[in-house]
Amino acid sequence: MSIKYSEDHEWVDAKEDDLVVIGITDFAQEQLGDLVYVELPEVGDECTKGENISVIESVKAASDLVAPVSGSIIEVNSRLEDEPEIVTEDSMGEGWFIKVKLSDPAELDELMDEETYNTFIEE
Amino acid sequence: MSVGTEIRTTPFHKMHVNAGAKMVPFAGYEMPVSYPLGIKKEHNHTRESAGLFDVSHMGQIRLSGEHAMSALESLVPVDIVDLPLMRTRYALFTTENGGVLDDLMVTNLGDNDLFLVVNAACKEADYDHLKNHLGASCEIEFYDDLALLALQGPKAAMVLSEFAPSVKEMTFMTAKQTMLNDIDCFITRSGYTGEDGYEISVSAKDAESLASSLLSSEEVEWIGLGARDSLRLEAGLSLYGHELDISHSPVESSLNWALSKARRLGGEREGNYLGSKVIMNQIENGSDTKVVGLIPEGRMPVRDGAIIQDENGNQIGYVTSGGFGPTLNKPISIARLETKFTNSHSKIFALVREKKIAVEIVKLPFVKHNYYRG
Repeated sequence: MSIKYSEDHEWVDAKEDDLVVIGITDFAQEQLGDLVYVELPEVGDECTKGENISVIESVKAASDLVAPVSGSIIEVNSRLEDEPEIVTEDSMGEGWFIKVKLSDPAELDELMDEETYNTFIEE
Repeated sequence: MSVGTEIRTTPFHKMHVNAGAKMVPFAGYEMPVSYPLGIKKEHNHTRESAGLFDVSHMGQIRLSGEHAMSALESLVPVDIVDLPLMRTRYALFTTENGGVLDDLMVTNLGDNDLFLVVNAACKEADYDHLKNHLGASCEIEFYDDLALLALQGPKAAMVLSEFAPSVKEMTFMTAKQTMLNDIDCFITRSGYTGEDGYEISVSAKDAESLASSLLSSEEVEWIGLGARDSLRLEAGLSLYGHELDISHSPVESSLNWALSKARRLGGEREGNYLGSKVIMNQIENGSDTKVVGLIPEGRMPVRDGAIIQDENGNQIGYVTSGGFGPTLNKPISIARLETKFTNSHSKIFALVREKKIAVEIVKLPFVKHNYYRG
């Protein structure tokens, strides 16, 4: 499956068995500037689409990471706690945030594909 | 001077845009918060080399008249009468209640002329304050045709002396009128980063040309307001509206060092400034609150507004400025605390998103000042 994007500038990479990997886009990373701290949720936490699940602190300010889908958090990228700069260096890869087991896979259809997202950020 | 709701720009606006700056509204101006280098690298560049800051949004005021120096003393708890020629001093405009209206730099230009630099967000109020209190005895001229640049960092002196060798000998908080590349400039050796450096006042029409000359040096990069804030935070320097405000006196903001001996109890010209009763009493007997440095445990920045609690969960203060210090590579904060907690060794905590973060009280500055004192 291809990667989907949210209006809050997250990417959602759908794997098998309703499992998705979530991170922030390059656009978001550039807007935030140098990251200094990432506060991650706990494994086992439930997330609900549209609710805050994580806080991203840049040199400038604190911003919320809004859940792009609902489900339970099965893994977090704890490397980010000590090395938030990997988000800046590789936001779409090594800088992923969380893995979520979807409770409602149909929510994926509400996200944008790459082309739509690229148009969205140009506006 | 005119006060409008329209957003203003500085003479360097086009240069910032061409340099790829992220522009944000700040104190009524559209100002660069960062350049493509990013806040962290801009910060580090200033600590290691030389950073160029557009601070033209700040107010530049000339106060003149036969009694200008003693007149200004009625508004600041600082020795102005004995300020030597072409020396600069930090001062504060106080209120009747001992609060602070603004902080400023004052330079003695000689012949009863003073040059003041005030905060952008306060400049209209400062002008009115000066007019109200000193308008009858002094001439007050607000320069809106001047730009202001700051060149800061360990290589600032080397860079600037290529244009005017004499600036190398200037010591911290002295001033000089000189030509830089055939452009008439008024320079003080001062700044707001904790580093050695200069602030350069120049006419708006020559501003771009001067900045281009300075930027042609390999050591110099534009630095935005984002890094300006992290640099001043590490240097433990107060920011009006944060560590300083109308409801706290200079003593309550731990600025006793800025209150001249001559104006204190028993000094040659004691008191006789707005709020002097309150402030002199606090100098002698202490104040209920103080401003201190804090280092939070862990990596999470503790920003302004965060509540500080004692071990039992009682509020004992709040963070006035906080963020991440790139030079220290850890979070740092400045907080206003009840004085009795500033020397205690009991554990204190900051509340961030309902989480308790242990914080350690430390002496300011976080990063040692690197001023040139000769």
